[in-house]
Amino acid sequence: MPISLNRNKVRNELVKRIEEISAQDVFQCYQCGNCSSGCPVIDYMDISPNQVMRLAQLGEAEMILNSETIWICATCLQCSSRCPKGIDVAKVMEAVRSINLRNRDGIVKPDREDIEDIDELPPIALVSVFRKKTG
Amino acid sequence: MSLPYFPGCTLKVDAKHFEDSAMKVMEILDEPLQEMKDWICCGTVFSMTSDDLMLQLASIRNLLRAEEQDIKELIVLCSMCYNTLKRAEKFITEDEENLRKVNDVMYKEDIEFHGLVEVKHLLSILKERITFNKIEEKTQKPLKDFKLGAYYGCLLLRPEDMAIDTFEDPDIIENLLKSTGADTIKFPYRLECCGAYQTVNNKDVTISRTYEIINSARKSGCEALVTSCPLCAFNLDQRQKQTAEAYLDFKKMPIFYFTELLSIALGSGWDKSWEKLHYVDPEPILKEKNLI
Repeated sequence: MPISLNRNKVRNELVKRIEEISAQDVFQCYQCGNCSSGCPVIDYMDISPNQVMRLAQLGEAEMILNSETIWICATCLQCSSRCPKGIDVAKVMEAVRSINLRNRDGIVKPDREDIEDIDELPPIALVSVFRKKTG
Repeated sequence: MSLPYFPGCTLKVDAKHFEDSAMKVMEILDEPLQEMKDWICCGTVFSMTSDDLMLQLASIRNLLRAEEQDIKELIVLCSMCYNTLKRAEKFITEDEENLRKVNDVMYKEDIEFHGLVEVKHLLSILKERITFNKIEEKTQKPLKDFKLGAYYGCLLLRPEDMAIDTFEDPDIIENLLKSTGADTIKFPYRLECCGAYQTVNNKDVTISRTYEIINSARKSGCEALVTSCPLCAFNLDQRQKQTAEAYLDFKKMPIFYFTELLSIALGSGWDKSWEKLHYVDPEPILKEKNLI
């Protein structure tokens, strides 16, 4: 997807909100890609973790908010533990998810029709998915 | 004297064999576990938002209940509960402002919360309080010639400041297993995520993780995997059903909680009721190794 660069978009309100909720400075990222190379579920993402950071720097918060990536992230903290700049990338993912959840834009409905094998799943799986994906 | 512990929800159902075997093990090591009173769900995942205190309250209330019961050290078995409760402990002890805020929110509680409870994983208790030397001495049925891979996953190790061992190259589970006479193999995927709660609405993600992790273990020579997390156990064990359907070259592997194997080694035995809580039947390999 083409991105138009515009300095007025940089550090817009939404990006500021992400920085505030995550308590991270997205401009610390220098795009080494260490987070993405360690991410165990990157194959299923539409944008990689380092692209999330770059898009945040460019002010393209909407693209992150609407990405699959934030819902595929399983918060394993591999990215955060590898970042040479000490950025907690998983917190950035969490901040974007929570902006969606606070707008009631969750992606998992806690009902039987939405969850295929609900009777087989342990409580630990259900509670955690509802906490992460139900708005 | 008994040691107070926090079970968490899944240890009462899908991971009952984890709780049962831990109770047996600690009984035989003369440090029996005693379930704390009035516990609630820990919240399972620690919220990483900086502006929403409410999301931390489930775990904090458990620590408050523990403090009320005069518990100084709270033992946790499940890796997810450990992670959530330990991070809650740090959240309030490392910042006085956070402690003040949670007390403000919990104003209807009978006591004021001071954040005095230390959260400890059972593995740390076995290492520091019991010691692996004692486990070696007490081993009656060595897990001889049993090649085991310790699967840590994420939550015992990350973030670094609450890791139960060195977070990049831990060996606490390997050393525990070695003290019971087992051979351990550090396989490449032992610290990688199992896909966690993606198992609910992105099953493909967890199936591919299970395939990668178990294949990596098998290629390294492991005959079974050992874990302390009921969600990892579900993904690595129960999800082998779908993994075998999705990948034709996949070979199944039994998954154990560390306490199940300890129970066998220390002489408190294998309980037949644990078998049905496993998807991949663990009994053939246990029989092959003359352990049951």
